[in-house]
Amino acid sequence: MSWFKRKTKGITTTTEEKKDTPRGLWYKSPTGKIVDAEELERNFYVSPEDGYHVRIGSKEYFEILFDDNKFTELDANLESKDPLKFEDTKKYPERLKSAQDKTKLKDAVRVGVGKSKGKDLVVACMDFAFIGGSMGSVVGEKIARAADYSLKHNIPLMVISKSGGARMMEAALSLMQLAKTSVKLAQLADAQIPYISLCTDPTTGGTTASFAMLGDINISEPGALIGFAGPRIVRDTTGKELPEGFQTAEFLLEHGFLDFITVRKELKNKVNQYLDLILNQPLRA
Amino acid sequence: MEYLEFELPIKELEEQLQKCRIIGEESEVDVTETCKNIESKLKETQKEIYKNLTPWQRVQLSRHPNRPYTLDYIKAICGDTFLELHGDRSFKDDKAMIGGLGKIGDQSYMFIGQQKGYNTKTRQYRNFGMANPEGYRKALRLMKSAEKFGIPVVTLLDTPGAYPGLEAEERGQGEAIARNILEMTRLKVPVITIVIGEGASGGALGIGVGDVVLMLENTWYSVISPESCSSILWRSWEYKEQAAEALKLTASDMKKLKLVDEIIKEPLGGAHRDREKTFTTVSNTIVKVYEDLKNLSPEELVSKRMDKYSNMGVFKD
Repeated sequence: MSWFKRKTKGITTTTEEKKDTPRGLWYKSPTGKIVDAEELERNFYVSPEDGYHVRIGSKEYFEILFDDNKFTELDANLESKDPLKFEDTKKYPERLKSAQDKTKLKDAVRVGVGKSKGKDLVVACMDFAFIGGSMGSVVGEKIARAADYSLKHNIPLMVISKSGGARMMEAALSLMQLAKTSVKLAQLADAQIPYISLCTDPTTGGTTASFAMLGDINISEPGALIGFAGPRIVRDTTGKELPEGFQTAEFLLEHGFLDFITVRKELKNKVNQYLDLILNQPLRA
Repeated sequence: MEYLEFELPIKELEEQLQKCRIIGEESEVDVTETCKNIESKLKETQKEIYKNLTPWQRVQLSRHPNRPYTLDYIKAICGDTFLELHGDRSFKDDKAMIGGLGKIGDQSYMFIGQQKGYNTKTRQYRNFGMANPEGYRKALRLMKSAEKFGIPVVTLLDTPGAYPGLEAEERGQGEAIARNILEMTRLKVPVITIVIGEGASGGALGIGVGDVVLMLENTWYSVISPESCSSILWRSWEYKEQAAEALKLTASDMKKLKLVDEIIKEPLGGAHRDREKTFTTVSNTIVKVYEDLKNLSPEELVSKRMDKYSNMGVFKD
């Protein structure tokens, strides 16, 4: 005997009437803490209970850094080509197309210029969602042009790295972007324009071996993975178990490669505090 | 002499030729004609094989166990004038990265390069040509020292990559390479870079930002080794040949892409087949390239170098 009796057989509720939890309403952090999506956004995409910094992209970082989310995007239309006719299990142009469709981005970095606490700032921010935030010709060129803009207008530059490294599908062309971006950073340095490198989760490979480690200050967020060789490669090569916390932001701070770690909520304040101090300007409130 | 798989037909003919000569010496039989025939067949086979090398075969040649390494070049080119210099002045002396001063003719040069070993023991000693952060810092120290005294820098690239070790990460492998790349873009003396073997990624570029970048004919230069590329993109080690093809990593591909300036011809069969000839060619090339660079002022040098690297990349605007 059952407690409820079905009058008609099967499921009769139509998909439209289904009372499902809408996707994206809740976020679950790696330690299992659950947070309401809107609350997460209000909390700078940091899980309030355990302080976990959720991976975010250029849209969110621009929102955090620019006053009233107002900024002008530079070189928004730069797109990748396929100079090597690269094909692995998929053709490179197909990979690009599907990444563009999925992310609504043109490539793995966006550059914005706008006011942060009332003063101009150029921010180049990588998007990990676009082919692992990999650096090919477009990423190199956009960062180089961002630095050119900084040089021309005497505005500090901030690059937010979030990348698996150089993009394999452009092979040596990607590799040479390490040199290209470094050329521009050398010019910025000679012109005494501050350059801030924010390394976010994850920053590895060619990105670490170029602009991510070359800031006047290198800073990061709690728990971010930062390294040259990825942890799996290090483990496979050395055959050693990796110590706890290996290649985290805290590990890099301890070994002397970061100036400080900041929680996302304080990011805008800390960046501008540094700029006022290094440029010997009155501190903005 | 060790032979690669695709060189086996050559090995066979060479052995035949040797036997033929021995027979000629030890017996009354006239083998002149037979030896001649084998010799011409050998030459033809060599030409045929080496003319049509696939990218993967070039990669194999670049790693040939008999191939000359950095110190072989330097010692042959500079002879007794070479003075090796050690240490990064903060941690230790990296055996995988060597450097020092030497003369070609009347001109001093600062030579820097990754060093591989030639047997099991020395391979371990040289860490298979994979430098640690202290190696890159040693290289930079030597470059800055050369800059101070107006000495041109020659870097010889031959590495399967920067060492991906625990301690390397602790000591900032990424930072060390990044710092070198940046400082090399603005070094005020001529920098001549030659890929003599493997040019693997950041580990190679970390001493590879030059006014003129040359590649020996049977070397490769790319963002990743074909094996690692295969394992990441195809999720298997089996596709290294396709990966070598796809990466466009040979000297001629790199020249077409305008990422390197010149290709240095190797003797038929590779640099190891006639080491002396290879050393002479490389030495002459360095002198010739320096002749052109020495007339530029430091400012011209740096601005040309910066322009060159700023123009690398292909995209839709």
